[in-house]
Amino acid sequence: MGYVRGLKCRECGREYPVDPIYVCEFCFGPLEVVYDYKKIKRALTIKNIEKREKNLWRYKELLPIDGEPQVGLNSGYTPLVKADNLARELGVKELYVKDDTVVHPTLSFKDRVVAVALTKAKEFGFDTVACASTGNLAHSVSAHGAKAGFKRFVFIPSSLEPSKIVASLVYEPNLVAVDGNYDEVNRLCSEIANKYKWAFVNINIRPFYAEGSKTQGFEIIEQLGWEAPDNVVVPCASGSLLTKIWKSFKEFKEIGILKDLQTKVFAAQAAGCSPITTAIKQGTDVIRPVKPNTVAKSLAIGNPADGYYASHIVKETGGHGEDVSDEEIIEGIKLLARTEGIFAETAGGVTVAATRKLIRQGLIGRNERTVICITGNGLKTQEALAGHTSDVHYIKPNMAAFEDVLLKIGHKE
Amino acid sequence: MAVKVRIPTPLQRLTQGKEEVECTPGTVIDIINNLDAQYPGIAERISEGGKVRRFVNVYLNEEDIRFLQAENTLVKDGDEVSIVPAIAGGAHR
Repeated sequence: MGYVRGLKCRECGREYPVDPIYVCEFCFGPLEVVYDYKKIKRALTIKNIEKREKNLWRYKELLPIDGEPQVGLNSGYTPLVKADNLARELGVKELYVKDDTVVHPTLSFKDRVVAVALTKAKEFGFDTVACASTGNLAHSVSAHGAKAGFKRFVFIPSSLEPSKIVASLVYEPNLVAVDGNYDEVNRLCSEIANKYKWAFVNINIRPFYAEGSKTQGFEIIEQLGWEAPDNVVVPCASGSLLTKIWKSFKEFKEIGILKDLQTKVFAAQAAGCSPITTAIKQGTDVIRPVKPNTVAKSLAIGNPADGYYASHIVKETGGHGEDVSDEEIIEGIKLLARTEGIFAETAGGVTVAATRKLIRQGLIGRNERTVICITGNGLKTQEALAGHTSDVHYIKPNMAAFEDVLLKIGHKE
Repeated sequence: MAVKVRIPTPLQRLTQGKEEVECTPGTVIDIINNLDAQYPGIAERISEGGKVRRFVNVYLNEEDIRFLQAENTLVKDGDEVSIVPAIAGGAHR
C-alpha cells in the first residue's frame, strides 16, 4: 500500500484525491503530493534502504505510487564522484559531482521523474503517455514508454539539437517538433492535455512526476554516509529539480534519517535564460519571464513554473544564484571533462561555471563540503562543442610525422 | 465606454457564462472588488488579502501587471483587462 494521503494546493492548501490533476480548482495554484510521514518513518529506515537494490526505487515509500514500481527498475543510484581534481582547480577542499550523466537508460536525470510518472500512469490506467520537452524528457519518455508498452507522443521545439532528436526517434514514438520555443510547446501541450485522455508526464501527471527528482537528493545523502552537504548547486530550468532536492533533504530529516540539516541551496542558470537567478540576485519575489537565448537548450524555459518556489528556497537556506555566459558554459563542460573525466551536457557546464563564480564570490566556502548536480550526458549535446575543442593531430602513417607532432606540442620524455 | 474584462473558462460559471464583462475604471484591485459586487465569489478566486493570487496572471492591454504597478495599476476607460490562470490548461479534469 502507498503512503500518499492525497494532493494539496501549494498556495491555498485545498486538498484533492489522488487523480491525474495538477491545478487547484479554487485558486489555480499547483498541486503537490502529500505523504503520511509517520507511517513512512516506520517503514523507511537506513537499515531497510541499505538492503535494497541499487536503483532509485530504494526510497519508494517517499515516492507517490500505490503498488510496486513498474518502470525504471534500473534507473538511478548514479555515482557520487569525489571530484578532487576539480576541487583543486576551483580552490575548494571538498567537492562531489552527483553524476547523472549515466542514469539508465537515457543518460539524464529525467529517467528519475519518468520512472515515477509512467508507473503512476499505469496505476491510473492510461494507455498513452506524452510530454512537452526541451530534449531530455522526450528521450526518456520515448525510451521508458517503449519498454512499458505505452503509445507515446513527445513534443519538442523544432530548434532542438539534432542528436537529441535522433536519440528520441530511435524508440519510434510520435515525435512532434513545434515551430516555437519551449514555453510555446508547453502551452500547446496544456491545450492538448485538456482535450485528449493522455498521461502528459509534466502536465496532468506533474505532481507525481516531479517527486522522482527527490531520488537524486536521497542518493546524495546516502552516498555522503547519511549526511547532508554544506552546499548543493542545482541547475534550473523550471526550478522543479531544485525544489525537490531540498524537499528530499527535509523529508530525510522529517523521518529521522538525517540528524542535521544546514545545507545552503544554490541555483545555476545560463545568462541567456536566467529568470530565477536574476530574481535571486535582485532580491525580488517576482519572476520576470524572458525569451531564452542560450546554448543551454535544456535549461531554456523562459517562464519557469517553479521559479517562485525555487527562489524562495534559495533565500530561505541562505544560498544564492548565479548565471553564466555561453562561453563560460563551454569552458565549464571542458573543465569538468579534463579534471574528472565526466562529459556533461550544456546544463552541466552551467552548473560547473556557476559554482566557480559562487566560490570566487565567497558565497560557497572554500572549506565547506559542496555537491554539484550534473544532470545529463554531453554525448547528447555534442553540437554545442563544435569549434571549441582542441585540435586533432592528423598525420601520415610514419614515425617522422608523429615525432613532428611531439615537437609541436613540446612533449618531453 | 467602460473597462472590458476577459474571464477565463474556469470562472465563467461565476459570470453567468460570460467570457467578457464590463466594469468601471479604477485600480486593478478596485476592478476585482467591482467584479465581485456584480458576480459574488469571483474576488476570492483571483485574489487574497488585496493581492492578486500568485498563479493568476492579470494583463492590462496585454501587459502583465506585475511589470506595472501590480494591484495598484490604474485601469482607465476603454482599457482591456485579461485574467488568465498561470498554469495553462486550467483546472478541469
